[in-house]
Amino acid sequence: MAASETAVLSTAPGIPAQGRLASVRRRLGWIGMVCAGIVAVVVLAAMVGQFFVPYDPTVGSVTQRHLGSSAEHFLGTDQAGRDIFSRLIAGARTSLVGPLIVVVATAVAGSMLAFTAVWFGGKTDAFLGRVLDVLFAFPSLLLAILGVAIFGPGLVTASIALAVAYIPYSARVIRSVALRERNLPYVKAAELQGINGFTITLRHILPNVWTQILTGSTINFGYAIVDLAALSFLGLGIQPPAADWGLMISNGQESLQQGFPGQSLYAGLCVVATVAAMAYIGERLGGRAAAGRSKQ
Amino acid sequence: MRFLVHRLLALGGVLIASSMIVFGGLYLAPGSPEQFLVQGRTVSPEVLAAIRSQYSLDDPLPVRYWNWLSGLFTGDMGRSLLTQQDVGTLIASRIPTTLSLAAVAAVLIIVAGIGLGILAGTRGGVAARIVIFASNLGIAVPTFFAALVLMSVFSMGLGWFPVFGAGDGVVDRVWHLTLPALALSLPSIAVVARITRTAIVEESESEHVLIAVARGLPKRIVLWRHTVRNSLLPVTTAVGMQIAGLIAGAFVVEYAFTLDGIGALLVNSVQRKDFAVVQAVALIMVVAFGVVNLAVDLLYAVIDPRVRLKKGQ
Repeated sequence: MAASETAVLSTAPGIPAQGRLASVRRRLGWIGMVCAGIVAVVVLAAMVGQFFVPYDPTVGSVTQRHLGSSAEHFLGTDQAGRDIFSRLIAGARTSLVGPLIVVVATAVAGSMLAFTAVWFGGKTDAFLGRVLDVLFAFPSLLLAILGVAIFGPGLVTASIALAVAYIPYSARVIRSVALRERNLPYVKAAELQGINGFTITLRHILPNVWTQILTGSTINFGYAIVDLAALSFLGLGIQPPAADWGLMISNGQESLQQGFPGQSLYAGLCVVATVAAMAYIGERLGGRAAAGRSKQ
Repeated sequence: MRFLVHRLLALGGVLIASSMIVFGGLYLAPGSPEQFLVQGRTVSPEVLAAIRSQYSLDDPLPVRYWNWLSGLFTGDMGRSLLTQQDVGTLIASRIPTTLSLAAVAAVLIIVAGIGLGILAGTRGGVAARIVIFASNLGIAVPTFFAALVLMSVFSMGLGWFPVFGAGDGVVDRVWHLTLPALALSLPSIAVVARITRTAIVEESESEHVLIAVARGLPKRIVLWRHTVRNSLLPVTTAVGMQIAGLIAGAFVVEYAFTLDGIGALLVNSVQRKDFAVVQAVALIMVVAFGVVNLAVDLLYAVIDPRVRLKKGQ
């Protein structure tokens, strides 16, 4: 009896897990699986890639500038004689860490603004709405550039400046879903029981709008990769000699005019592949999840 | 009319608040305003005094803001902290490039975006698939990467277009700006084509189109007068928003193609820490962004009376 019970217990989580994996695979389709593979490789490179790179990504050699592909240098070398392949792998980290900062900061600050507006309603809501209107008046990349102009260039400042630019968009979306939740009877019931607003928001409203916050963050992540790469490209993000895809595209611009397009093209392809893969997965999973929710 | 006044007042309020942000940025920076403006450069006492008087640092804060703002309205935007040039003339010399770049890009968005959307929406089949795939790709490709690819293929590889510079005269200018404008408008073309296609497909399934077909109207009339014309409402908004967004995308493309527009001026000023120029350009861009967005809203109200009636009350 006990043995069969443990057997059931040990196999029970296994079967749905396999079923879940299969259903994810079915949802994604074969293109989605390729995209998932691309994202997995990029994430892996970001986490452990720097221990496996064949060359130091920030040290070059003057005698080995602009080499083509060879057995030694898989994708050749850049204008400072650094191995491009090593720099691409090492660059995965900064190219993902920046957007991560952006997405987390946006989600936290956006939700806090949205929940405050929704809970207190009335004048608070109207006031916060006006504040967001002012932020909306700035094109988002302009706000980020202004932030960099004030606080100086760098990965962290560029990421936070970009997050400020994203906050109005995310706050508006979260506010609209949280507002729907706020007016439901169970929130009123909790309020009548004398539970304070902070607890109700955290325990009841947040879990119910969590999916939307997560979906929004997935979409923002893709935008953040592109925008941060653009800031690096403009020399306002992470500073050389760090390895970063946006920076590599920018570095490669001069080499490109001299007839060595490799560095820019490879780094650009990395950005495009990562963003496109994430967008595709987000669309497939997010779209299906949204459809599933509306059916319920 | 009431709608117009209401929107103008709202825009005015937002612009005043954003001018406060642009102005106040100076005081958010670490260190004293003076230190921030000078940025560790060695300057003579005369220049320092000039900077102090330009920002009226000896007056209280509201006076400083008022001096700055009224200076802007009278066309006095101060002097560059680096070269002592007049910021107003510096910007004025850069604006034509940016405007012509935006104009070429806007034409491309309208012609290519709507054209491809109509093609995909009415033909279906292979054409639709190609347009959908290309629009997915167009949205994923960042402008700066598109700029580099276009540059390496058409300028370096094939030599059809010049690599940089804005050109003189109308024809030469358009020729110089074709690649930058293409890079700038690529994502927007993709978005507009996608929205146009969806709108046309939805419209062609609506009842009045069905009735028109049932009445035996010629295909051409059903298509152009009943389907396309009615589906252009959402498209107008999308096109307008994308054109307003060109302001934000312009600095990347200008920088990539080394065009001397105000976007490139902004980026270079941030790199060289010339905050006076940064403030002026940022404010001009915010004003332009606001005005274009307002124009789009008004255009929408002109096209669709329902908007005017609902919001104008």
